[in-house]
Amino acid sequence: MSDAVKNLIIKGREVVEDDWQVLHLAEPVEGAPKKDPATIHVPEGKFIVPLAVWLVQRELLLARRAAGEIAVWIGSDERPDAIKDELDQFPLIAVDFPKFTDGRGYSIAYNIRTRLGYKGELRAVGDVLRDQLFSMQRVGFDAYATRPDRNIHDALKGLTVFSETYQASVDQKLPLFRRHARNVGVNVNHTGGDAGYGI
Amino acid sequence: MYQYDQYDHLIVRERIAQYRDQVARRLSGELTEAEFLPLRLQNGLYMQRHAYMLRIAVPYGLLASKQMRMFAHIARKYDRGYGHFTTRQNIQFNWVELEQTPDILTDLASVEMHAIQTSGNCIRNTTSDPYAGVAADEIIDPRPYAEVLRQWSTFHPEFIALPRKFKVAINGAEEDRAAIAVHDIGLTVVRNEAGEIGFKFMAGGGMGRTPIIGSVIRDFLPWQHLLTYTEAVMRVYNQYGRRDNKYKARIKILLKAIGVEEFSRQVEEEWADLKDGPETLTVEEMQRVIDYFQPPAYKALANVDVVAQQEGNKAFANWIKRNVKPHKRAGYAAVVLSLKKTGVPPGDATAEQMDFMADLADRYSFGELRVTHEQNIVLADVEQARLFELWLEAKAHGLATPNIGLLTDMICCPGGDFCSLANAKSLPIAAAIAERFDNIDYQHDIGEIELNISGCINACGHHHVGSIGVLGVDKDGSEWYQVSIGGAQGNHAAIGKIIGPSFSALQMPEVIDRLLQVYLRERFEDEGFAATVQRIGVAPFKEFVYATPITDTGRLIGEDEYV
Repeated sequence: MSDAVKNLIIKGREVVEDDWQVLHLAEPVEGAPKKDPATIHVPEGKFIVPLAVWLVQRELLLARRAAGEIAVWIGSDERPDAIKDELDQFPLIAVDFPKFTDGRGYSIAYNIRTRLGYKGELRAVGDVLRDQLFSMQRVGFDAYATRPDRNIHDALKGLTVFSETYQASVDQKLPLFRRHARNVGVNVNHTGGDAGYGI
Repeated sequence: MYQYDQYDHLIVRERIAQYRDQVARRLSGELTEAEFLPLRLQNGLYMQRHAYMLRIAVPYGLLASKQMRMFAHIARKYDRGYGHFTTRQNIQFNWVELEQTPDILTDLASVEMHAIQTSGNCIRNTTSDPYAGVAADEIIDPRPYAEVLRQWSTFHPEFIALPRKFKVAINGAEEDRAAIAVHDIGLTVVRNEAGEIGFKFMAGGGMGRTPIIGSVIRDFLPWQHLLTYTEAVMRVYNQYGRRDNKYKARIKILLKAIGVEEFSRQVEEEWADLKDGPETLTVEEMQRVIDYFQPPAYKALANVDVVAQQEGNKAFANWIKRNVKPHKRAGYAAVVLSLKKTGVPPGDATAEQMDFMADLADRYSFGELRVTHEQNIVLADVEQARLFELWLEAKAHGLATPNIGLLTDMICCPGGDFCSLANAKSLPIAAAIAERFDNIDYQHDIGEIELNISGCINACGHHHVGSIGVLGVDKDGSEWYQVSIGGAQGNHAAIGKIIGPSFSALQMPEVIDRLLQVYLRERFEDEGFAATVQRIGVAPFKEFVYATPITDTGRLIGEDEYV
C-alpha cells in the first residue's frame, strides 16, 4: 500500500485513524466540470469511488475490491439497487450528504440496512456535522467522516444526545410503546387547572 | 388531555439540553448562521424583521389552563406582554432574545410543552378540529390519533431534513373543520361497513405558490397501520420530492408530477416492507392514549333556551348565535372567545387576556382550552345555564366580539410588519377592513364568510381558501394586493380564483365592499359566498369591482390598468 493519508473519523463511538480517500467526479464547488466515470483514473490506495465509477469500471476494479482497497459511495440522488447483490463484498459502503440540509441519505441508509440487509460498515461522508450524528446512527450508519474543519472529538457528543426515542428505526427495532409499559404511576384523570404550576 | 409520562419528560429535557448547547455554540461562533439556521428552525425559532420569533407547539390546539398561564408568563417575562395565536393552532412570540430561548423552553417543559418541529423542513404539529371530543357531528375523536402521530414524528431520525415542511391535519367529524384538503397529509377518521375504525388518507394538498386540493390515496386504512403507512409516504417523499427549487419542493408537486396512481404505487411498495412491522399500533397502545381523552365529569343537564331568558338583549343573542357552538352533551355548549376585536391584530392576545382565559377555563370548562386555526380560543365544555355569566365576563375583557364566522373574523398572517418573508403588510389591511365593516348588524346580514389575508405567497393567512382571499404582492418595491374569490375550506374545499389586477392598500376596503354588494344582490337565500361564486362565476364580481375607479378623497389611486 502506498503512503496513505491518515484522517480521523468516528467509528462506532470512537475517534479512529482512517486511510480511505473519497474520489469525486467533480471538485466540490458549484458548476465544476464533471469527469467521465468511464475514464476517470482511480489512483493507487484505498478509495471510496462514486457508484457510477464502480458500475462502469467494475471489471477493472474487482481485484482491488477483493484486496480491500475499493469501496463505493452513493450520492443522495442515487439508489443502491444496482449493487444490491454484492453489497457485502465491499469493505464499506458510504452515503454522501452533499449538504447537511439534504436528508435523502437518511432514507438511503435505512433501506440499505433494512430492505437490502447490508451488515458491513455504513459510512456517512460529505457535509457531516455533529448535530446530524444522532439521526445518522439511528438509521444505520456506524461510521462518520465528519467535516474536517470541525473538532471531531466534540462531534462525538452528537451521538449521545438522547437516551430515549419514540419510534423504531435501524438501531432500535421496536418503538417506545413496545419496549416499555408507559404511564406507570401517572394519573390520567382530568385534573383541570393547576394554577401557577411551573411558573 | 394527554399528559406526559417519564419518557415524554425525558425526551423534552434532553432536547432542551441539546438546544441550549446549540445556542451556546452559535453564540461562541462555533456554528455559523447557515449551520444554526436549520437547527433553530426545528425548534421554532425564526429571525424576523426586528427580532427572533419563537413558535411554540400546541399539539392539535389543545391547552390546559396552566399552559395558557405559562404563555402569559412568557409574554411578560421574555416578550412585550402579548402573543399571537397562529393558523396552525400554535402560538408565537415576536420579540424574544436568542440567549433567553433555552430558558423559555425550560419554563415550557414544566407544563409539558415545547417548540419541537414547529418550523423547518420536517413534520410539523398535527392540527385538528378545535371541537374534537365535543362536536355534535363527530364520528370519532381524532385527538388520540393526532397524539400518536405527534410522538412518532418527534425527532423521527429519517425525516428531519425533508425537501420542505410537512403538515398533517386530521378530522373525525362529518364537517371538516381542520382544512384537511390543503395539507400535505389530510386524514379523516372513518368507520368502514364492518364498523372498524380507519382513515381516509389524503395526500398532496397545500397552499403556497401552487394551491392544490389533496388526493385520496387510500379510501380506508385500518387504524393499526397509521404509522407504517405514513412512514411509507414520508420515505417516498423524502427520496423523490424536489430539492432544486423550494417553491416546487412540497409533496403536492411530486404528486402532480408523477400522478396519484404512480405515487400510490410507490407508497404501497415501500409499505410492503413495513406493513405489520413493529410500528403497527397495538390495541393496548391506542387504548392507553385514548384513555387520556375521556369526557370530563359532565353533569346530567337539560338544554336551556338562554336567549329567551335574556329577552330583548340583542347583543347577547348575537353572541349566542355566532360564538356558541352545539355540543354533543345536552345542557352544554362550546364557546368561542373572539381574538378578532376591531383594532387588534387577528389572533393577538395580551398576557392579561391569557391569564383571564385560563381562569375562565378553570371556572367554566374543566380547565381546558383549544386554539382554532381561525385564530380564536374555544372553551369546549360550558354549561348552557352559565353562558350569560360567561358572556358578561368575556365582554369585559374584549373577548366577546360576536363575529365568529363573519367578515371581521379574518384569518391574517403577521405580514410585513413582522415577517421577513412577507411582500406586503397584512395587518393594516385587516385593520382597515375591520374598521369599515365594524357594524355588527351588517356583518350578521352578510352572514358566514371567510376573509383570509396573507402577506406573501407562502399563504400563512390561507388566502386560497377564503371566500375572499387577499394576497400581498410586491411590484417594483411597492405593496399591492391581489384578490381572489370563491375559495372554501371544509367538505367543499376549493381554491379561489383571482379577479384581476391588484389593488393598493387604500383601495382594499372598497374592493371588499363592492364584492359584498354583488354577493348580496345575487345570492339565493342562505347561499354562501363561495357557492354564489361557483354558480354565477367570477365575471359579475369582476365587472362590478373594476367598473369605476376606486378613489381616495377624489385622488385616483391604485393600478392604472382599469382607469
